[in-house]
Amino acid sequence: MSRRLVRRGLRTRLVVAFVLVSAFSALAVAALTFRQARTAILDRARDTTVHHLRTQVGSLAPDLPAAPAEADLRALALQLDRAGVSRDWRTAVAYRGGAPIFAAGRAPVLPGRLREAASTARTALVQRFHHAGVPWLAVALPVTRADRPAQPSGLVVYASFSLADQERDVATLVAAARAGVLPVVLLSVVPALLAARRVLRPVRRLRSAAENMAAGALGTRIRVTGDDELADLGRTFNTMAAALQADAAALRAMEARARRFAADVSHELRTPLAAMTAVTGVLHQDAVSGRLDPEAAEALELVAGETNKLVRMVEDLMEISRFDAGAAVLDLDEIDVGELVGKTLTVRHWQDRVGADVPPGLRARLDPRRVDVVLANLIGNALRHAGESVPVDVRARAEDDHLVITVADGGPGIPEDVLPHVFDRFTKGDAARTRSEGSGLGLAIAAENARLHGGALTAANAPGGGAVFTLTLPRNPP
Amino acid sequence: MTRVLLIEDDPAVRRGVTLGLRRNGHETEAVATGEDGMESLAPFAPDIVLLDLMLPGMSGLETCRRIRETSQVPIVILSARGDDVDVVVGLEAGADDYIVKPASGEVIEARMRAVLRRVAPTQSSPGSDGPLLYGDLEIDGTAVRVCKHGRELVLAPSEVKLLLFLSAAPGQTFSRRQLLEAVWEHSYYGDARLVDACVKRLRAKIEDDHGNPRYVQTVRGFGYRFGPL
Repeated sequence: MSRRLVRRGLRTRLVVAFVLVSAFSALAVAALTFRQARTAILDRARDTTVHHLRTQVGSLAPDLPAAPAEADLRALALQLDRAGVSRDWRTAVAYRGGAPIFAAGRAPVLPGRLREAASTARTALVQRFHHAGVPWLAVALPVTRADRPAQPSGLVVYASFSLADQERDVATLVAAARAGVLPVVLLSVVPALLAARRVLRPVRRLRSAAENMAAGALGTRIRVTGDDELADLGRTFNTMAAALQADAAALRAMEARARRFAADVSHELRTPLAAMTAVTGVLHQDAVSGRLDPEAAEALELVAGETNKLVRMVEDLMEISRFDAGAAVLDLDEIDVGELVGKTLTVRHWQDRVGADVPPGLRARLDPRRVDVVLANLIGNALRHAGESVPVDVRARAEDDHLVITVADGGPGIPEDVLPHVFDRFTKGDAARTRSEGSGLGLAIAAENARLHGGALTAANAPGGGAVFTLTLPRNPP
Repeated sequence: MTRVLLIEDDPAVRRGVTLGLRRNGHETEAVATGEDGMESLAPFAPDIVLLDLMLPGMSGLETCRRIRETSQVPIVILSARGDDVDVVVGLEAGADDYIVKPASGEVIEARMRAVLRRVAPTQSSPGSDGPLLYGDLEIDGTAVRVCKHGRELVLAPSEVKLLLFLSAAPGQTFSRRQLLEAVWEHSYYGDARLVDACVKRLRAKIEDDHGNPRYVQTVRGFGYRFGPL
């Protein structure tokens, strides 16, 4: 599970994308709201201040003499300061470009650029600025006479005040927006996971179905619900599985028919062969009795000999058919390997031509008849192909929990191009000897017998020349 | 000269085997069905029966069982398949041996002779100086006779031969391979199911408790032995 969490799977990608989208939209909404609210707060502060200031100036300025002295200006600033107690502004009054005059000890903070601009302005000017880390708002209000509004009177009233309160409100807004975004983003993980689950469930089903198919369960189908692209994919998968299953079944049926045919043919051949084999002895006796015409005797010998060959071939075909049909059964017995090899040689009168090297007391659980078939095949092959005077050696060893039997000859070995096919059916090492003693199935049967034991049979050429066949069998097959 | 009753449904095989048997000097009666075989059994009084397993009507297995109900004549099964379960069933039903078709006249002859030797009294038997007593069993190698509690047991030839062979060396373990060679005269890698089936039959007749045999004991991984009692 932990492996799946760190993996950059579809689920992770889906969740990340979902969370990113929701975070982005939450942030965008918060930012826009914040911007609007902040502007609204500041604009209102400015507008009310300007309005208030203008009202105050409107009521106080007419009392001013036409050419006010510094004391008049100071008095006006003081009056304005008093009127703006609720706003806590500080005011100053300048006349005809003079320095702003303010009430004693209540110098307003005024940016220089505002003063420059105010000297020529006809309407109220507002500037937001920072002073000592705190935002301030400064207002410059050129005063016009009521009777001559087009002509500036030269009087400019300045007011400035801290926007700290407003800034606090804005900060609260930021905190609120931030507090809103985080839970929204976190909460969005839940629908993201749910959505990912919903999307991924059919994908998972598809995957496990594909795995089942790969494991050979061609009957696997998935339950398709809904009408989306994944459902379409599921339906296509099911169609593919059905086609695959049908094809596999057809192939298997064909193969089974072919194998059954081989089995049936050999089976059918057996009954007439059984009748013929029973009398080959009679034929042989008559052929060698000298009572018959030599040609008839030769014909009888031929019929008898070829009948016996045919019997061996049909028996081999039957045997291979049993392997193909999975009907071959192991009849295991615990035996002494040396004894088995010795019997294989003596029964066929090979003990003088074949050397045997088996450690005494080597025991194994195997099917003695089948191992004898393998050994007889290998040794018989070696004797046939390597020639009369060439040594053939059988050697058995225990290696771990395996029994390894090698049959080596000092003959010419197996041609390299034949080597990969020696265990194929009807492969013969020497094309010139296609009608040799073997049925062409001997090595194929030997290999099948090894496999039936859960072992293996391999062929190779020894470095010093000659063929080496190695039979490896588990000492304790299941 | 041996009197052979051949029960085989295929006419060609029947003729061929009969030809081979006659050539070897045996008096042969060949019938096509189990029913006919049962009928010929008493009047012909064969020394040995060759029985095909695949028969129309009464099956070969059934014929084998019926023959064993009344007679201990040696029975050799002719089977189309060596790995046929019917062979095992046939052996357990009382057949003494089996031959896989197609088989040459020599193979049939050799197998018949081996089976017939089991019935013949053994001259060199260690029990030639009279019957030997093992527990409740009285084994007479000379007369080829086995009694339990004084009553003679009806044993098929292979069963007698196996019991005589094992009891000749009480307590000694013989592998199935050795028994195949000594009792059945098969090759070393012959079909060990012959031994197992025969032991099963023998135990059914001589043991008091089949699950816990006293006379013919199994030595796991090695084979069988007689006793120790």
